[in-house]
Amino acid sequence: MAKKPPAPKRAPKKTAQKKAAKTRGSAPLRAPVDTLWLMYRKMSEIRLFEEHVWDVYTRGLMPGLAHLYIGEEAVAVGTCTALRDDDYITSTHRGHGHCLAKGGQLDRMMAEIMGKEAGYCRGKGGSMHIADMSVGILGANGIVGGGFGIATGAALSAKLRGSDQVSVCFFGDGASNQGIMLETVNMAAAWDLPALYICENNQYGEHTPYQAVTGVEDIADRAKGLGLEGIIVDGSDVLGMHDCVQRAVAKARAGGGPTLIEAKTYRFHGHHVGDAQTYRTRDEAEWWRANKDPIKLLGDYMVAQAIATQEELDAVYKQVEGEVLVAIEFGKDAPLPPPEQAYEDLYA
Amino acid sequence: MPEREILFREAIAEAMREEMRRDASVFLIGEDVGPSGGIFKCCEGLFDEFGPQRVLDAPIAEAGYIGLSVGAAMTEMRPIAELMFGDFALLAMDQIVNQAAKIRYMTGGQCKVPMTIRLAMGAGRSSAAQHSQSLQAIFAHIPGLKVAVPSTPRDAKGLLKSAIRDDNPVLFFEDKMMYNDKGAVPDEDDFLIPFGQAEVKRAGADATIVATSSMVAVALAAADQLAQEGLDIEVVDPRTLVPLDEETILASVRKTGYALVVDEAPQSYGATAEIAARIGEKAFDYLDAPVLRIGAADLPIPFSPPLEFPTIPDVDRVVRALKAQRGR
Repeated sequence: MAKKPPAPKRAPKKTAQKKAAKTRGSAPLRAPVDTLWLMYRKMSEIRLFEEHVWDVYTRGLMPGLAHLYIGEEAVAVGTCTALRDDDYITSTHRGHGHCLAKGGQLDRMMAEIMGKEAGYCRGKGGSMHIADMSVGILGANGIVGGGFGIATGAALSAKLRGSDQVSVCFFGDGASNQGIMLETVNMAAAWDLPALYICENNQYGEHTPYQAVTGVEDIADRAKGLGLEGIIVDGSDVLGMHDCVQRAVAKARAGGGPTLIEAKTYRFHGHHVGDAQTYRTRDEAEWWRANKDPIKLLGDYMVAQAIATQEELDAVYKQVEGEVLVAIEFGKDAPLPPPEQAYEDLYA
Repeated sequence: MPEREILFREAIAEAMREEMRRDASVFLIGEDVGPSGGIFKCCEGLFDEFGPQRVLDAPIAEAGYIGLSVGAAMTEMRPIAELMFGDFALLAMDQIVNQAAKIRYMTGGQCKVPMTIRLAMGAGRSSAAQHSQSLQAIFAHIPGLKVAVPSTPRDAKGLLKSAIRDDNPVLFFEDKMMYNDKGAVPDEDDFLIPFGQAEVKRAGADATIVATSSMVAVALAAADQLAQEGLDIEVVDPRTLVPLDEETILASVRKTGYALVVDEAPQSYGATAEIAARIGEKAFDYLDAPVLRIGAADLPIPFSPPLEFPTIPDVDRVVRALKAQRGR
């Protein structure tokens, strides 16, 4: 189906750049300087990790499939920079970005993706199932919509234990059509659970445009029917994302219940590495890359605010790439698990 | 040890009450489990004692609240989820099979999922095909789950307490025709029956019946009848299908030389098939006749009593089968 490059509907009209240019010198920064650098660094980490996963995959260094997060970095980073270590997230099959943003380590992630014993899941999960319980990553999930139950259950647990932890469920436009969303979000709303539902509307459920199979233009509209607030944000604007999540987190911690946030975003690559992408035009993908690259948008803002020079940003990017390369070497050098380990970890 | 006579459903309630008193992380969630005490009255008194924070009336959303239980179990809680009818587990299969059973393994042992799902099973109440199934074999087929099939109030109490303390997802099958059965239960707070420990419910020398859940009573009645004809039948109750106490079953068969396996689920591809196969593989040389199986007919359970009852294994069929096995 030929498609016109769509501008994200109802996304904030002003980009970070325009707004900053208009108010430079008088308005406060949209986030503290440290946070801006952290976001730039984390988004770069995800971008570079994923570019190298592409390379690792095409060189045959990893088994299975790879679903890349490139283009959506602002959603994970804007969200997770508003969370504490002991807050929970559930992730998706396109989960590397969420895990890195929540505190996953490059080397153990790469080792897992390569099926190595040193990986987060000792080689039993792979790319689609990375988890690190020590930083609240309750797992990427191979079932579309698989995170709803777990994330909402973690929110219930926090409430029953009297903790002020919050639980974030990342899900896609595809998962928004799974019945489990209605069942779990309904309970979160009915019981004021400290949950956030972050929809990454990247326009496609696998190979199918979401508009072709979805009765609403904005998935956030469904929030009203379920009894919670639904908010739409520009998923390429990490600062807008962060602000929105921060407010929702504060509300959830204070007992105010769940929020659904729909981030309009786009996956720059196909559904998985090797996807021929016959279902969308090259122009469309090019438009998003040129206009909605979250890393470039944040970098431009930082330069416009005189927080960074382009050279400094480039230096960070280069440094992060070095770290990713070290992680790849770690993964390559790590031993494969011995076959008898297949019989471990089933029952506690 | 002093004992009390209580109903099966009271044993279930006692087990939950004691474990909830013992461990603040245990909570109960399910449809109508709150003030109304559960449709089969297994939760009576729990809401009054523990309140709405620990006894949660769920919406009619089985996948949803089983899913929440998985997430809560992964994060320091110990949920008991009641499925009013076991048939409704089929609405929650993704949560049970793809999530609860696998999340520990897939994450390399990083988490545990200490949750108990209680399901009412079995035919006999004219509830028709969507409220009468015995689905234990489906879950026993899934690595990562444990499956309990108690047959007496005593076993129900001891096994349920163990299930709640277990760090793994347990499917706990309660035959709804047994809820008002009476039996002796030890009068002791820490009465536990470990999983994977079969019980010889009746000792005998001439043939072994391996029977589960409601079929244990059928097997015992058949044994009584056959005793009058001079046959001394041993009845072995596995009590849990996963883990399965193969040793007790095999030891009995090696002693008697004859084996019949009976379970209330449809016979094809069921628990009877698995147990019979293991006997055939591991005790073949001791057998004097082929292992026999009796399950329900391979049909959806019909509604009308004259249609329903013949589909379920009964004493008569067990007696006839055991006699035929010896050429009588």
